[in-house]
Amino acid sequence: MSRLTLSGITVRYGGVTPLDDVSLAFESGVCGVIGPNGAGKTTTFNVLSGFALPVAGSVDLDGDDLLAVPAHRRARWGLRRSFQQEQVVRTLTARENVLLAAEHSGSPAADVDRALDYVGLDRPHRLGAELTMFERRLVDIASCVVGAPRLVLLDEPAAGLDPAESEQLLGLITRIPEEVGALVLLVDHDMDLVRAACGTVAVLDFGRRIAAGPTLQVLGSPEVRKAYLGIDEEVTA
Amino acid sequence: MSQVFLARADVRGALVGLVLGLALALGLPALPGVGAGLSLRTLTVCAIYALAAAGVGVLYGRLGLVSIMQIGLVAVGGWVTLRIYHATHLPFEVVMVLAALVTAVVGVLVGLPALRLSGLSLAIVTLMVAGALEVLVTYAGFPNGGDGFLGRASGGTLAAIMPRPALGQSDDDFFRYVGVAVVVVLALLRWLLMVRPGRTWAAIRQGEAGAVSLGVNTVAHRLFALAVTSAVTGVAGALLAASSGILDPASFKAQQSVLLFATVLIGGVFSLLGAVIGGLLFYGLPQLLSTVGVDGNLVFVVLGLGLVQAITTTQAGIAGQLGGLWRRLRQPRPRRPREVTA
Ligand SMILES: Nc1ncnc2c1ncn2[C@@H]1O[C@H](COP(=O)(O)OP(=O)(O)OP(=O)(O)O)[C@@H](O)[C@H]1O
Ligand SMILES: [Mg+2]
Repeated sequence: MSRLTLSGITVRYGGVTPLDDVSLAFESGVCGVIGPNGAGKTTTFNVLSGFALPVAGSVDLDGDDLLAVPAHRRARWGLRRSFQQEQVVRTLTARENVLLAAEHSGSPAADVDRALDYVGLDRPHRLGAELTMFERRLVDIASCVVGAPRLVLLDEPAAGLDPAESEQLLGLITRIPEEVGALVLLVDHDMDLVRAACGTVAVLDFGRRIAAGPTLQVLGSPEVRKAYLGIDEEVTA
Repeated sequence: MSQVFLARADVRGALVGLVLGLALALGLPALPGVGAGLSLRTLTVCAIYALAAAGVGVLYGRLGLVSIMQIGLVAVGGWVTLRIYHATHLPFEVVMVLAALVTAVVGVLVGLPALRLSGLSLAIVTLMVAGALEVLVTYAGFPNGGDGFLGRASGGTLAAIMPRPALGQSDDDFFRYVGVAVVVVLALLRWLLMVRPGRTWAAIRQGEAGAVSLGVNTVAHRLFALAVTSAVTGVAGALLAASSGILDPASFKAQQSVLLFATVLIGGVFSLLGAVIGGLLFYGLPQLLSTVGVDGNLVFVVLGLGLVQAITTTQAGIAGQLGGLWRRLRQPRPRRPREVTA
């Protein structure tokens, strides 16, 4: 199973420092990345995808220097990701969406149907525009498991879903490591989902890592509770 | 709504278009009454400009790229055609393919610096290139069998024209020749939209980041799109050169490229039918207005109004509205009284 290490990653956008000397290690299974709004979770994923260039630090997955791989080559290298705002192509069918992921990651086209079976999407010949939000999230997951992924990044995959749908998605996410052997990083605000899916979590706040370790232990720590209480105050104020 | 027109899965629609297009290309000259409003020669040129319009439409409708140099590229295709023909006397079909290739290279060279920046920079660069090409063809003229790189014969007596292709000598046959060529090229373009390049272009249009995360090299695929659409436009230049054997620099002003972009928007950028309508509006409408004795400048008023209508009501253009009508006619009784689009 894969081991991913981020060492001393710093990202700057003008005066903003969304990631400030962040070091994280992830090992096997589904790992959570949590934190309040603006903590730097999506930025962490953007570093891994090649959309954000860190001014300092390195990323290593099983001995490969990920930052040396150009962004558009990372899918072929074994990286898959979904976005906070799902990116299902509206003008292609669900199947064509997954086929596209297969084609550009160098995966066999035959694998498309396995991926669609895995998520259980019926009538995959419907256009992306005709799918429900839940079905689009299923297409996202199918695109992430097609081929032989090594690292799967899921950025709030259950956003906009009702509890029953989240539950079903949770089952699919937790089975990804055994199904395709990839390390999965999961960003989500739903703590029930994180608790159920992730063996370990890392907590970010204001671009810094404030905690990391086994999920139950981390979620119980006073510092993490304080970070989340901060959000609650903002929301109610 | 407009998304329906972009659906690549619509194989049946493509086949219907192919059959209708071929029937029209081969049958139109035999129909009585053709030439009442627009002469067959005019319709031939409209069909040729439909190719240039398809280039604009695919770039904008499928990739969101604004290219305002298409008429300049028609000139490039025409110039290369005449130059190669007078130098080699090869069969027209061979010359046409070579002209398409050269035009593709020119299109890629223009796009190379611009596409590393943004979509808007392509619009600005192509507009400037359209201006530069206008100046170039005005200065250099089109080859007419003379010596040197420019191939210009000085005295009128020495000037030679390129004969029409063997299969299209008469006006009727040349219309059929152009019609079949246009249908074949549009069919190839339609096929390309249904396979991997089309899928990839759709992903790029949906979102740069999403496409890159799937593993798409977006710059390479945009350049490929520019190469394909430029080649198609080069074919238009070759056919235009063949229609009269010589070209006039006055037909390739930069403003014509702007006009073509407008007519394609009105015709519809999401289907190739829109390109055919665009070709008719671009070349046929001014001819029609002048035959009924209306001031030529009124074209700009009519097209301006059409543009406002196209942009404000539906992004799918006239082709999209025809498509909507067709679907409604085929489903006479909708199950729900009327769909409410929130
Ligand atoms: N391209 C950018 N340019 C400037 N600032 C940015 C950019 N991307 C992110 N930021 C800033 O970086 C910080 C971290 O953003 P990020 O999207 O990583 O947060 P997040 O943890 O994913 O939050 P959320 O839970 O709201 O999705 C925010 O303050 C954000 O405004
Ligand atoms: Mg985020």
